Amino acid sequence: MKLITAIIKPQKLDDVKEALVAAGIIGMTVSEAKGFGRQLGLTEVYRGAQYKVDLIPKIRLEVLVSAKNADKAIKLITDAARTGNIGDGKVWATPVESVIRVRTGESGEEAI
Amino acid sequence: MTDVVLNTGDTAWVLASTALVLLMTPGLSLFYGGMVRAKSVLNMMMMSMVTIGIVSVLWVIYGFKLAFGYEANSQWYGALSLSGLGSAVNELTNNGGVYPIPLLAFAAFQLMFAIITPALISGAIADRTKFTAWAVFVGVWVTLVYFPVAHWVFAFGNKVGDNVSGAGFLAARGVEDFAGGTAVHINAGAAGLALAIVLGKRVGWRRESMRPHSMPLVLIGAGLLWFGWFGFNAGSALGANGVAALALLNTQVATAAAALGWLLVEKFRDGHPTSLGVASGAVAGLVAITPACAFVAPWAAVVIGLIAGILCALAVGLKYKFNFDDSLDVVGVHLVGGLWGCLSIGLFGSSAINSLGLDGIFYGGGTVLLGKQAFGAFFVMAYSFIATLIIGFIIEKTIGFRVKPESEAAGIDYDQHAETAYELTSSSRGGFSS
Repeated sequence: MKLITAIIKPQKLDDVKEALVAAGIIGMTVSEAKGFGRQLGLTEVYRGAQYKVDLIPKIRLEVLVSAKNADKAIKLITDAARTGNIGDGKVWATPVESVIRVRTGESGEEAI
Repeated sequence: MTDVVLNTGDTAWVLASTALVLLMTPGLSLFYGGMVRAKSVLNMMMMSMVTIGIVSVLWVIYGFKLAFGYEANSQWYGALSLSGLGSAVNELTNNGGVYPIPLLAFAAFQLMFAIITPALISGAIADRTKFTAWAVFVGVWVTLVYFPVAHWVFAFGNKVGDNVSGAGFLAARGVEDFAGGTAVHINAGAAGLALAIVLGKRVGWRRESMRPHSMPLVLIGAGLLWFGWFGFNAGSALGANGVAALALLNTQVATAAAALGWLLVEKFRDGHPTSLGVASGAVAGLVAITPACAFVAPWAAVVIGLIAGILCALAVGLKYKFNFDDSLDVVGVHLVGGLWGCLSIGLFGSSAINSLGLDGIFYGGGTVLLGKQAFGAFFVMAYSFIATLIIGFIIEKTIGFRVKPESEAAGIDYDQHAETAYELTSSSRGGFSS
């Protein structure tokens, strides 16, 4: 089992969600996040005073998948989130030891 | 003078204007509140709201008499009296002549000016002012600065027959200020500069981001100020008449032109016209047209407004050059806009537009009026700045004017009021206690 974490542009969330659901990968957790990578930041101007905004709003997407689905999910997310511009984000996968569905008590791949 | 009888139309307009001008102070609290960070919006708004409380009470006890009483027959102050306005009931207004409106309507209308003037100052010392110190400051400042200055500028004397007694120092000299360029805006702007110096800079100034936390609040506040300002300027005619109509139209067009002027500066200098720019430009235009609104033609109001918008958009950068933290630009908008508005009458004033005024430079009057205007503007600025500096230093040395640096960094709302403005999460932060 793998936990796939993706940091993406907020406006690409719907595309990513639809791509995963269409491929039968159901379920995700989404949180609003802020951060910076190589893009660094933006500048906002208030009454002529410039403020550097170096933590930019992003979406953090977490998807639990079985080991055999991991590569497919990563490719779907990467393709759907790509605009080709700087700031498109990152996707990574980490191994998961155990998963339990709270309602039924099922565990392992059945709980995904 | 028993031949003047109460006029219901005039009275209705002054009463309605009074309510309009009151609304400006909660409007100001939104304008200012949106411009500060989320951790200090309540304190910012509270400084305006408590000012309504303090000044209203002082006004009835002695403030109105100190500004507009004529018993002392002085050009410097009205009258020292604690009569609580009991003797004013059923009298008509006499201010350089008898107006057919109740004296109490005039007193209520002028109260709203006395409220908003100190409230304007609060923008210069955002995020860091001890609330009790602010409350003490407001009471002392209106007593020693606003009430006397209002007498100098707005008190035209008690007229009986051809005798006028007790007119204010600047009013008697012919300084033209229809609705408060000197007494309200230059006064508040110079006081704001003095307090910004007394209190010093905010923790993290020019290092941390201090961007406005809510531009929609700023725009709502600017809208309420604009709306209320029709009462401020057109109400100052003290009647429902042609002067009021002129003042109202001039207020509208000067404000519109100033908003455009500020946006033009931003477009060419910064690349983007901003919502804070349109709101700030509108207020700069309102400030500048305030003294001039009943003395100039509508086309001149457009010019005055446009220049005000451009001038103030450039002036708000001065604090970075001179290194003082006038947090919300009370100096750049109210002092600079007020100075320009007062001086502009010396250029565009026309006796054909208003027979009470003189002709300015563009109407063949030469520099006489401009000289009077400059004298009045700089006299009020100097008095307000010095007096406020002294009051501010005394408060700083006795009860202290600022909150602790760690309280300021954590947020003044919680420190001074045990409240926070926003609960934007549905997850619980705790439960009911006691």
